[in-house]
Amino acid sequence: MTLWLAIGVLVVGTYVLKLAGLAVPQRVLDHPFTRRVSDLIPVALLGALVAVQVLGAGSAVVLDARAVALVAAAIMLSLRMSFLPVVVGAALVAALVRALPF
Amino acid sequence: MSDRRIIADSLGVAVPTGAYGVSFGAIGVTSGLDVLQTCLLSLLVFTGASQFAFIGVVASGGNPFAGTATAILLGTRNTFYGISLAPLLRLRGAARLPAAHVVIDESTAMALGQDDTRSARVAFWWTGVGILVLWNLFTLLGALAGKAIGDPRTYGLDAAVGAAFLALLWPRLTTWHARMVALVGAAAATGLVPLTPAGVPIIAGGAVAVLVGLLTQKGRTA
Repeated sequence: MTLWLAIGVLVVGTYVLKLAGLAVPQRVLDHPFTRRVSDLIPVALLGALVAVQVLGAGSAVVLDARAVALVAAAIMLSLRMSFLPVVVGAALVAALVRALPF
Repeated sequence: MSDRRIIADSLGVAVPTGAYGVSFGAIGVTSGLDVLQTCLLSLLVFTGASQFAFIGVVASGGNPFAGTATAILLGTRNTFYGISLAPLLRLRGAARLPAAHVVIDESTAMALGQDDTRSARVAFWWTGVGILVLWNLFTLLGALAGKAIGDPRTYGLDAAVGAAFLALLWPRLTTWHARMVALVGAAAATGLVPLTPAGVPIIAGGAVAVLVGLLTQKGRTA
């Protein structure tokens, strides 16, 4: 039940945020502070998300196959490979590392 | 650019992005959601990073509302996308209601790449609706297959999410300042993992990084 409620709040929240952008007056966008924060939020949040997704294991920080896959993803991205091949490639690298006999 | 060309480009982005929904579906059902919940997230939330953030918190045993908070915070960027799209698309009244639902990274990027309102609308709708349809189709496929394939870790699907976030982050790392902000966010979040409940490290780490970013911006004092 909690899960359903959390999903409901999420649905409403994300839609309202999307709609708000199309409805907000231009002068709010033009405010320099709004621009600076809006540039920083995706970078800051995605940085945090990558770290927690790759290093977090419950309440522990661990280095495992996910970290190897992330390095592989960074190499693939620096070679200008596109989104899907990078994601699939990283999954393959992690699967291979886990299949190794040590 | 001709409409035909814009549509082809839009579908070129929509197809690989939509196909990635298969990982969301598979990870969703192995994170403790059922097939219906996983599919409703793709249909009604429809913003990939937020969806992954939500199931990430649920999978780690965190309070679902911590997942909601993280996902909504991550969805704030769509507000700023909407603000930059508004003067270009020139949507009036009720047309904003369906348009808002498909304001996501890819539809915004494709629309902002056009020169005039007409082209921007073609790019926005074809990319946005194309991804909406494919993302949901592939989410369902992944959710149904996810139950059959078992532990996604065997296939490296958990590592795929980290790689997807990095791929979303990558094009934004064009300046040293941006790289520093991303690293601060990563370091702060990692440091908070052992100390705080699941979901909090992402919000708090992100907030620390935004603050540091504001304080270190060139030529400015916050």
